Amino acid sequence: MSQSTGIDIKQSLVDTVIAGLMALIVFGPIVGVLLDGYDFNLQTGNVAGLVGVVMMGRFAVSLFFQSQAGRNFLYRQASKNDGVTVTAPDYKSNLRWIIPVVMVLGLIVPFIASKYVLTVVILGLIYVLLGLGLNIVVGLAGLLDLGFVGFYAIGAYGLALGYENLGIGFWTMLPLAAIMAAVAGAILGFPVLRMHGDYLAIVTLGFGEIIRLVLTNWTSFTHGPNGVSAPLPTLFGLEFNRRASEGNIPFHEFFGLKYDSGFKYIFVYLILFLVVWAVLYVKHRLTKMPVGRAWEALREDEIACRSLGLNHVLVKLSAFMLGASTGGIAGVFFASYQGFVNPSSFTFFESALILAIVVLGGMGSTLGVVLAAFFLTVMPEILREFADYRVLMFGVLMVVMMIWKPRGLVRVTRTGFATRKGTVK
Amino acid sequence: MTALLEFKDVDVHYGPIQALKKVSLTVNQGEIVTMIGANGAGKSTLLMSIFGQPRASGGQIIYQGEDITRKSAHYVASNGLAQSPEGRRIFPGMSVEENLLMGTIPIGMEHCDEDMERMFTLFPRLRERRNQRASTMSGGEQQMLAIARALMSRPKLLLLDEPSLGLAPIIVKQIFQILQDVASTGMTIFLVEQNANHALKLADRGYVMVNGEIRMTGTGAELLVNPEVREAYLGGH
Repeated sequence: MSQSTGIDIKQSLVDTVIAGLMALIVFGPIVGVLLDGYDFNLQTGNVAGLVGVVMMGRFAVSLFFQSQAGRNFLYRQASKNDGVTVTAPDYKSNLRWIIPVVMVLGLIVPFIASKYVLTVVILGLIYVLLGLGLNIVVGLAGLLDLGFVGFYAIGAYGLALGYENLGIGFWTMLPLAAIMAAVAGAILGFPVLRMHGDYLAIVTLGFGEIIRLVLTNWTSFTHGPNGVSAPLPTLFGLEFNRRASEGNIPFHEFFGLKYDSGFKYIFVYLILFLVVWAVLYVKHRLTKMPVGRAWEALREDEIACRSLGLNHVLVKLSAFMLGASTGGIAGVFFASYQGFVNPSSFTFFESALILAIVVLGGMGSTLGVVLAAFFLTVMPEILREFADYRVLMFGVLMVVMMIWKPRGLVRVTRTGFATRKGTVK
Repeated sequence: MTALLEFKDVDVHYGPIQALKKVSLTVNQGEIVTMIGANGAGKSTLLMSIFGQPRASGGQIIYQGEDITRKSAHYVASNGLAQSPEGRRIFPGMSVEENLLMGTIPIGMEHCDEDMERMFTLFPRLRERRNQRASTMSGGEQQMLAIARALMSRPKLLLLDEPSLGLAPIIVKQIFQILQDVASTGMTIFLVEQNANHALKLADRGYVMVNGEIRMTGTGAELLVNPEVREAYLGGH
């Protein structure tokens, strides 16, 4: 490409002609020759049309890449640095405008969207929670966890079985599931403290499978593959079913509304939406606190951390436990929104999907994880017609991402520190 | 003079291989002590054994009168021993300031601003690069950062493992000048080095380690003129 700052039309024309010739070679035999019995017809018009489209497209692309914006775009794609930039201390992200807008939009959505759209968005938000949880373990602390779905299952089954056996409702289970999953995280964390990389991945993979197999085979307690039903959340004791259980009034009767099965989704959505924001806020603060820095330091160099007096046991366990507890909360929402859980929702494919969200989003980047979670859950819904090719497209996407954007969609930025008041500049 | 750190007949094994054999040494309050030796003599093992990585299999390591042989690394580090490890081991993806903040772990953030200012006065280059990622700095600057990070925990004893490793001679000179400045503030320094010339000039006392044993000891000036040391570590001239 020419080095001058202006646009080189000649270069663009050359590119265009080359692209046109290649299009002719490719489309000529395929589109231009139509077999008709033992004879064939030449379809020159179709070929000319296709080649014309390719040439126009190439010309436009060529012009774009010669413009300043295009060059910046190319430079960003090509730069292979490890992706961490440090922003100025007084740097204000555009997010401070975007976040309030997203919040307002998010609160309006349930009242205008259809039930179907709402269920898709709920699923997206559940994966945001899962992604944020795994992001602590994999993205920040650098501990490759392939069994994250185990914590998700603990949360989901915690709600379903807790309701069935002990009558525990959604609101009690929400904090309880976080604690249960955190304890499970600690139980998994202790034996793997000395492990790194591949070995850790294998052990965590085993953990996820153990949870799933126990759920499948302990039929007397978990009802095995038949699954268990899970309760919906209640609003100060008001239920969202058509008919409330004994002694309770359903939500629609209390407010004198006509029964609509959409109410329960709107309610689940609103709770989930608030919980996601709360979790986002907590994660955001954590990365700025010493413990967040300690996670990242441990990922970068464990020996240096230990020589600096960092208690690596506490740091690793805290990462495992906080990540797991977020997974547990996601599980409670999943069970409640589905109304039913069975072990087939907690296969290794789910773990891989959550890991893909973290990797695709950009390891350690909160914004990236949110975007990737929505992308990977909403896209399959939009592309329903291609459902058979979903996993194939997923694989292609992963390969392409690793080649072009190995650090994920959103690169991590670190905020520079301002000199604090009272210190000399 | 009171002994700050004392090794008493310390043995260290890596599996069947004995890396340190009955090593005894003392570092007194306010001194600069150096340990010189060739590659593989056991110098870094000696430093790391203070932190229990690897753990000493025999003998005692005593710090301020307390036996720390079996204490955990973070216990030792939070009691006034700070190390600038071999090969620097800074956190490459973090900014310079974040690296320095990592150094405050044992004592908390209480003196953070004041200490950071002190570090920037001691190492003006770091001030210029405070918001830069550590991996984008030169080797010398990274070494300065490693030393500054260790000093952020206000240690009583600073342990340095080969601060001259892989650096240009002029940078090595600068680093040792800075160590001189640090020492003049009353800091006790235990320096492990291959660069015998610089190390012995800086040090009050020195030890020579060969194959896991202390072969010789004396003041820095004595060792610098010792024919055996000159032959083995100073090029024989």
